[in-house]
Amino acid sequence: MAEVLVYVDHVDGAVRKPTLELLTLARRLGDPVAVHLGPGAEDAAKVLGEHGAVKVLAADAAEFADYLVAPKVDALQAAYDAVSPAAVLVPSSAEGKEVAARLAVRIGSGIITDAVDLAAGDEGPVATQSVFAAGYTTKSRVTKGTPVITVKPNSASPEPAPAAGAVEQLAVSFGEQATGTKVTSRTPRESTGRPELTEAAIVVSGGRGVNGAENFHVIEALADSLGAAVGASRAAVDAGWYPHSNQVGQTGKSVSPQLYIAAGISGAIQHRAGMQTSKTIVAVNKDAEAPIFDLVDYGIVGDLFQVVPQLTEEVKTRKG
Amino acid sequence: MSLRIVVCVKYVPDATGDRRFAEDLTTDRESVDGLLSELDEYAVEQALQISDEADDAEVTVLTVGPEDANDALRKALSMGADKAVHVEDDDLHGTDALGTSLVLAKAIEKTGYDLVICGMASTDGTMGVLPAMLAERLAVPQVTLLSEVSVDGGKVTGRRDGDTATEQLEAALPAVVSVTDQSGEARYPSFKGIMAAKKKPVESLDLDDLDIDGDDVGLEGAWTAVDDAAERPARTAGTVVKDEGEGGKQLATYLAEQKFI
Repeated sequence: MAEVLVYVDHVDGAVRKPTLELLTLARRLGDPVAVHLGPGAEDAAKVLGEHGAVKVLAADAAEFADYLVAPKVDALQAAYDAVSPAAVLVPSSAEGKEVAARLAVRIGSGIITDAVDLAAGDEGPVATQSVFAAGYTTKSRVTKGTPVITVKPNSASPEPAPAAGAVEQLAVSFGEQATGTKVTSRTPRESTGRPELTEAAIVVSGGRGVNGAENFHVIEALADSLGAAVGASRAAVDAGWYPHSNQVGQTGKSVSPQLYIAAGISGAIQHRAGMQTSKTIVAVNKDAEAPIFDLVDYGIVGDLFQVVPQLTEEVKTRKG
Repeated sequence: MSLRIVVCVKYVPDATGDRRFAEDLTTDRESVDGLLSELDEYAVEQALQISDEADDAEVTVLTVGPEDANDALRKALSMGADKAVHVEDDDLHGTDALGTSLVLAKAIEKTGYDLVICGMASTDGTMGVLPAMLAERLAVPQVTLLSEVSVDGGKVTGRRDGDTATEQLEAALPAVVSVTDQSGEARYPSFKGIMAAKKKPVESLDLDDLDIDGDDVGLEGAWTAVDDAAERPARTAGTVVKDEGEGGKQLATYLAEQKFI
């Protein structure tokens, strides 16, 4: 069976969930071969093997951390040369898309980004995308070269499928471009203890109706009761009530959770672009005319400061 | 020494309009008005700020697109860019990201540059891959997704807010930069700027000028194909109720029914 490269997104060997989703999708196309760059390959290999990786190509070098993107492209290209895969799958993170883009140029292959589903087709993998603020669903193919496809988080449920997952060292020689952009310092984001926004199964977002940074604890309390990530609309972020890293929307993050709860968000096109592919959408807003209500599976016209704390208490009670 | 800045901009369908696909499954540019992609305004703004701080700098805005894309260039010129380059050719219709990066790279090389600045993504395709592709094609450093950027002493430095960390980056010029919507609000064109823009030069280039074979671009030459585009069915109307004091509890019941609790 053909081999499919899967680029591993991890933090020091702790594999992030979108990679496990990719392995599940990759098995529809062939035998997944994971590419692990940086430290922690042995730890990662266990999880990768459990989810179907027939082998793990691993490389670790200071260049991966000390310089931006380009060294990882050299390594992914080395893996590509070693395997001659049927496709290359990369998580749709900001960095993942950049790595994939440069690889596509190098190997002269077409690239599809932000796929929300993948299927095997007669002429290669068929990628489903959700475009124009989720107004359209498209099916696309790469027609030249080896398909390079980036896949959005929450596009599949990770399914265990035990495979060997043995680690093999990948020899990488860095090109001249590799050391072009120096990372002079790195400050890890302070953990809030909540799931990462783009990966979370449930997202609770607050908007203009939250009316101040000091009120966002109402949103956070609901999120914590549900084990959810916290999002914010552009209005809330621009007002300085919540960090930009939590912004959901066209110029922020695009999320596709199982459940999206919008509180005090009117639903401007800019916001809808970032959350419209959520499976179930719930909104609380005082304004019965707010466009968000056109999208909802369940909406409450009411004061979020009444409804949301009551919901939080009820969730806690029901969860015991 | 003069600092040559090239800003890549895209003319996109207005996101507040009813965007759709044409029969050949390319973006329908007739159904809705176009404009300069909002995220590219931030790139123009940073180019102008860097230019203001440099002793001697020139800002060129560059676009690849149909005749109407001239509007995007005019907007950037009215904000304060010095000149514009418009790559326009009938054979370009339907060009995908890989092809666009080829055309842009050739045009940038022809124009001459020390610094290329892009927005983080277009607001139509939203791929966000062009800046990295340009760095690869031009064989220069990529300094991308910056929320802060500055140029000094032949070096570009900036701050990149990633998923898990914030990084400070540094690269020697020439380089390709992309900036996020956090880099600083874009200025509005003044009346004087709008009047001045009418007199600024717009150079027009076609594929021959760039030594690009028409077969390598356009819909036929694309590296990808869209086989199907289906309008998303309108969501079936959900339940919307007015809070009569028990709204939170009702919502909890709904979430429990849906197995979220």
